[in-house]
Amino acid sequence: MTEALLETEAAPETGALLDIADLTLRVPGAARPLLDSVSLSVAPGEVVALVGESGSGKSTTAKAALGLFPPGSTASGSVRFDGTEVLGLTGERLRAHRARSVALIHQDPRAALNPVRRVGDFLVERGATRSSAVELLASVGLPDPERRVRQRPHELSGGMLQRVVIAGALAARPRLLLADEATSALDVTTQADILALLRGLRAEHGLGLLFITHDLHLAAAYCDRVYVMYAGRVVESRTAKALFTTPAHPYTRGLLSCSPTLDTHTPLHPIPGRPPSLTDTFTGCPFTTRCDQAQPTCETWHPEPVRLPDGGTAACVAVTAVGSRAAGRHGWAQPQADGTVKNGATHE
Amino acid sequence: MTAIAPPLVPSVRGRRPIGVVLAGTVLALVVIAAVCAPLLAPYAPDTIDLSSSLVGTGRDHLLGTDSSGQDLLSRALYGARSSLIAPLALLAVAAVLGVTLGVLAAWRGGWVDALVSRLTDVMYAFPGLLFTVLIIAVFGAGMTTSVLALGLAFTPTIAKYTRSLALSEARKPYVDAYRVQGMGGLRICARHVVPNLARAVLGYLVVLFGEALMSLATLSYLGFGAQPPSSDWGLMVQEGQAAIVQGAMLPALVPGTAIALVVVCFNVVGVRAADRLGRQ
Amino acid sequence: MTTHLLQAEHLSKTYPLPGGGSHTAAEDVSFTVPEGGALGIVGESGSGKTTVARMLVGLAHPDRGRIAVAGREREPRPPRGRAARLTRAREIQMVFQDPYVSLDPRLTATQCLHTALRLHGKQESAARDLLDRVGLGAREAEARPRDLSGGQRQRLAIARALAVDPRVLVLDEAVAALDVSIQAQILRLLAEIRRETAVALVFVSHDLAVVQHVTEEVLVMRSGRVVERGPTRRVLTAPETPYTRLLLASVPTADGWDPAEAARAREAV
Repeated sequence: MTEALLETEAAPETGALLDIADLTLRVPGAARPLLDSVSLSVAPGEVVALVGESGSGKSTTAKAALGLFPPGSTASGSVRFDGTEVLGLTGERLRAHRARSVALIHQDPRAALNPVRRVGDFLVERGATRSSAVELLASVGLPDPERRVRQRPHELSGGMLQRVVIAGALAARPRLLLADEATSALDVTTQADILALLRGLRAEHGLGLLFITHDLHLAAAYCDRVYVMYAGRVVESRTAKALFTTPAHPYTRGLLSCSPTLDTHTPLHPIPGRPPSLTDTFTGCPFTTRCDQAQPTCETWHPEPVRLPDGGTAACVAVTAVGSRAAGRHGWAQPQADGTVKNGATHE
Repeated sequence: MTAIAPPLVPSVRGRRPIGVVLAGTVLALVVIAAVCAPLLAPYAPDTIDLSSSLVGTGRDHLLGTDSSGQDLLSRALYGARSSLIAPLALLAVAAVLGVTLGVLAAWRGGWVDALVSRLTDVMYAFPGLLFTVLIIAVFGAGMTTSVLALGLAFTPTIAKYTRSLALSEARKPYVDAYRVQGMGGLRICARHVVPNLARAVLGYLVVLFGEALMSLATLSYLGFGAQPPSSDWGLMVQEGQAAIVQGAMLPALVPGTAIALVVVCFNVVGVRAADRLGRQ
Repeated sequence: MTTHLLQAEHLSKTYPLPGGGSHTAAEDVSFTVPEGGALGIVGESGSGKTTVARMLVGLAHPDRGRIAVAGREREPRPPRGRAARLTRAREIQMVFQDPYVSLDPRLTATQCLHTALRLHGKQESAARDLLDRVGLGAREAEARPRDLSGGQRQRLAIARALAVDPRVLVLDEAVAALDVSIQAQILRLLAEIRRETAVALVFVSHDLAVVQHVTEEVLVMRSGRVVERGPTRRVLTAPETPYTRLLLASVPTADGWDPAEAARAREAV
């Protein structure tokens, strides 16, 4: 077990609620690891985003926090929740961890709810009493909660159902919420409502929130810190503000300049190629083939998080390291910092 | 041997492939036996030799003989032919009718669907065997009549199955895309929807094969299907049961086992095939 | 009036509900699109934007109203005759949201295009050019939809629509299911196609940012009605109705966006 690699100003190394360090996850039959040396942490009361395209490993990382791994997979590294190692948990203790410490909210609330059971039953199953069920529904902003507990899922809209699922998640009084594309299927206005709700709950209960999304702009606008994943790796971890103003990794820059926004009128610059699948393997940096700043060394450079002056990290050979500790770990070659400081480059 | 209307495909997950491999091997051997019957059979199937009536297993007759002294191994081998071809013909008849009706009902909807659905419901409610026997009573016993009658009896099952498949297929956006392209409804249905259903229907037919074989054997056993001197397995069971009271089990046991073996193997393979073919 | 390529006037569509009553999916929707223009239709789920798209291509039949392309009125129902059907198809084509289910699973990319080309009496050799134009190579040409990535499937769906050489292309949430980096590629492809062919676009989407990048004019729909219309830039920078303001406030932006503000704006609507 290595120490937590990421020491950004918002997440001190001590006191982290969730602390994933160097997590590597392999499944038999896949050409590359599902997750490769993933490190991230969430502090109490912190909203952390995990951003990536399909197949980047963001959902797999979130499930790992629950101690939930794909069948047949082997994991190395550590997943600590409040100081307890989750990787080694089995049986009753693992169940307790999943049921009480952490709650997962999915994209599709309908899949989480039994269509023939009442909303109240769903909450009671999760440890609420009849009366606290009504309070829970009220606390997630559902109007007329006394009536809602007696209703069935088909009588509620998607946004209301997601509130019910959040209420269910809160019933067990978790300390960390994992929201896996929890607002992606909702209308924008409903999404804003749910996001406001989650932010309020975080403040009220001191919850940690790991917010998994494909939308970099949403992550930057909503979260304190952002981890960007690509091909099973964390390629950049920054505060939301820093990520948005001075993105360091070419992939992050690419994502920002290819995502349409309301206030820029510049044309989009698509990233060429497609996100790698599990059958793609890499000798060096996985982003090389799509990168507009790739150098010959990228083909063989083993990606390592390089510390940035502001405390974030970026796994790019073109980024100059601050100190050599992170880059020198495991004895890999020191990145060829040839004087071209790329982390200050602005995106179009 | 009573139920003729077969159940809908059960979904089986995680069946051990070893069973499927075994069943597949048995079926392959049966097919080879049927094809090569003239080469493999030690005797002509209809050679009557009353002097060796009801002989047990031995060097001359590996599986013994029946009361007419006919070699049971030879009869079983030749019997495999009619016992395999007849269900195939039956299913062909049922598939053509059933798929047509099912797709028509799903595609046209409205009164066509209502008519086809009510028709299949009525057929469902009516015991299939009774229906078949009724037809045979009118048109006379025989293998051809049995195949056609059972083909009709199997039609509603296939029609119902195809209708439900076609209903969901017709709702898929690619059908809309063809419409937007200006393709006519009939052409979309015949050239694109039906071929996309073919795999699933084929899988279902494999499951039905055992049932069809069983039903035909039942009819032959009752004397409505294959007529002597045919070596049909169902007929052989009927002919052999008289020998049981004389203490000879083999004349009924050999064809009975053959039927059971093939039906079980087809179910094992069929469910697997339906699962795999049905999944797209 | 004939300067407009596509004209839709007073489109209305009501669906009966199972328990009696009815649902108004679209009410009195009118708009025009000039040749080579691009109109965005934005709205949330249930706004009726998809119903409008389906009425344009004839997959839904309007209860009232008329649709005309280049001055020629479209019959409300698909015509019986083959020639009339094909003429109609060449007026408006559509790209659907989910490219996986909108492609025939049995056909390779090339076969898919051949089917469309043959139907319209065109040379099958045009398939290669079409694939080339949407950026699909020789390997993808022989692949079936399940072996293509999401972006490649949508490229194929666009090629299939272009095979017919339509005057108007309706895109119903055509980039919503794609990864961000792929979405930008498809949007760029659409821009290229517009430059090369002067095809008019009707771009239906819930995503205001995407609509702003693609269209010049926009309709904002809510509960089947048009609540605001105008040049895209004007509507998205200086919205005139509270609902449009709410939509805009709900879109996350980097500079101090607060979802609670959007939530409050929602209560005001």
